[in-house]
Amino acid sequence: MDLMQLTAVELGKKIASGEVSVVEATQAALDRIEKLEPDYNCFVTVDKEGSFAQAETIQKKIDNGELTGPLAGVPVAIKDNMCLEGMLTTCSSKILSNFKPTYTADAVIQLQKAGAVIIGKTNMDEFAMGSTTETSYYGVTKNPWDISRVPGGSSGGSAAAVAAEEVPYALGSDTGGSIRQPAAFCGVTGIKPTYGRVSRYGLIAYGSSLDQIGPLAKDVTDCATILEIISKHDKKDSTSVDREDTDFTSALVDDVKGMKIGIPRDYFGEGIDPDVKEQVLAAAKVLEAKGAIVEEFDLSLVEYAIPAYYIIASAEASSNLERFDGVKYGYRTDSFTDLHNMYKKTRSEGFGAEVKRRIMLGSFVLSSGYYDAYYLKALRTKALIKQAFDRAFETYDVILGPVAPTTALKLGESLSDPLKMYLGDIYTVSVNLAGLPGISLPCGFDKNGMPVGMQLVGNAFDEKTIIRAAYAFERTMSYKRPTTLRERGL
Amino acid sequence: MTIADETIDYIGILAKLELSDEEKEQAKKDMSTMLEYVSKLNELDTEGVDPMSHTFDVHNVFREDIVTNGDDRANMILNAPESKDGCYKVPKTFG
Repeated sequence: MDLMQLTAVELGKKIASGEVSVVEATQAALDRIEKLEPDYNCFVTVDKEGSFAQAETIQKKIDNGELTGPLAGVPVAIKDNMCLEGMLTTCSSKILSNFKPTYTADAVIQLQKAGAVIIGKTNMDEFAMGSTTETSYYGVTKNPWDISRVPGGSSGGSAAAVAAEEVPYALGSDTGGSIRQPAAFCGVTGIKPTYGRVSRYGLIAYGSSLDQIGPLAKDVTDCATILEIISKHDKKDSTSVDREDTDFTSALVDDVKGMKIGIPRDYFGEGIDPDVKEQVLAAAKVLEAKGAIVEEFDLSLVEYAIPAYYIIASAEASSNLERFDGVKYGYRTDSFTDLHNMYKKTRSEGFGAEVKRRIMLGSFVLSSGYYDAYYLKALRTKALIKQAFDRAFETYDVILGPVAPTTALKLGESLSDPLKMYLGDIYTVSVNLAGLPGISLPCGFDKNGMPVGMQLVGNAFDEKTIIRAAYAFERTMSYKRPTTLRERGL
Repeated sequence: MTIADETIDYIGILAKLELSDEEKEQAKKDMSTMLEYVSKLNELDTEGVDPMSHTFDVHNVFREDIVTNGDDRANMILNAPESKDGCYKVPKTFG
């Protein structure tokens, strides 16, 4: 069996016991990448030389007992919106096509300290704006379950790289569903932690009040293990929280007896694919059979989450992306008449259509005369959505629902109609608005054989409960490898 | 909501984007669709609800104003499209 078929924790054990060397693990990842990248295009940058250099250093540290953690020596891929010193970091945009950061994101530093071999940077929607990875300047990523379909987004490269067994695990970021939705579309597991759990230092900002870094991997055990490593208080991020309850692997317990699980009735109305509905509700039955108390309830305000999200995220994006002006880093236009013209031409040539669309919407909703009607209205709606979740968590430990209304769409299907693409985020964006943790894990398949994801949402800083529920559910399933890998004997 | 030409021009100034005539027409259409959609929020009664910028009770984080990250000037300037004498170079701003 190929080493890349193992989970990150399984591979980590083999490395710790000396059965597999770090160089062998690194080689296995690079071999897979070389073989499969022409088909899937999960990466923007693969750092072959650097990977082997890291592997040798890490092996020494394992041998002399300096590195003993569960993921020491295990290869990882990083979404291309996290800075890595000296490595190309593009955000899948033309405007950052030549940017090499002078520092490393804190979440990545935590992985490095734990002995991760950083293989490269994964493809994404440009500046994380999109749900399909089709807005990347570096080409689309294909879904390993069906290469005529999208991997989801914006962390589509990370999710597809894990599903295609190019790397055992990856980091992604989630502003409105960007970890959970691609995980669901690619049949892998992903966690969007509570806002503040993982430092955002070095994560190139999209919607700062919503962005959160998290893991994508083959199973819940991997995700809990990775999250335990990257959750660390960081003085360099003023929204980073200082908490001690980060021993997430202690929640890997197969027991949901008495756990109260609420299913929002309003998640299953119009627009949801019948197969998705059936699989997610069947998953709830499984948890019920294991002793959980499962009830339906009305969460309310579901249809207001997307409008509020797009106003807030676009507003923050318009401000965050002001820094890309052709002066300090990145692309600069060839010809210009003066400074102002240089700014405008650089940005117009450097940003893609979806990014421009959101910058313009954001500039509009923040402009005088519209600020109260749009931006403040959205922030008031956010307060109401948070209250609705608070009420739900007075009764329930976990909220269970779908990740997305459909399984992975065909390539090109949603590009022509942005609003249609935005509506696919209906079950994920409210979790970001309320700052809550959510886990996405496979729970079945639709009639086309595409994976269906289930989402478990927890109360703030209660990742452990959703990890426990997800782990208990996962015990009843077996991990299924993507169709294209099985069919082609890869 | 119909978006006037002047509005798109004004947004172009705020967003520092130069749009072709074709892009302007598309932007007018896209923005009008989005604004119509997000105006759904007007159905909600938010009277007396405070705008929530941060979900949790987080306060300003203060620290002493001491530089801890060293001087990385030479490396940082390597990313600049143009530089001169260790400074960023931009087009002439005075006549």
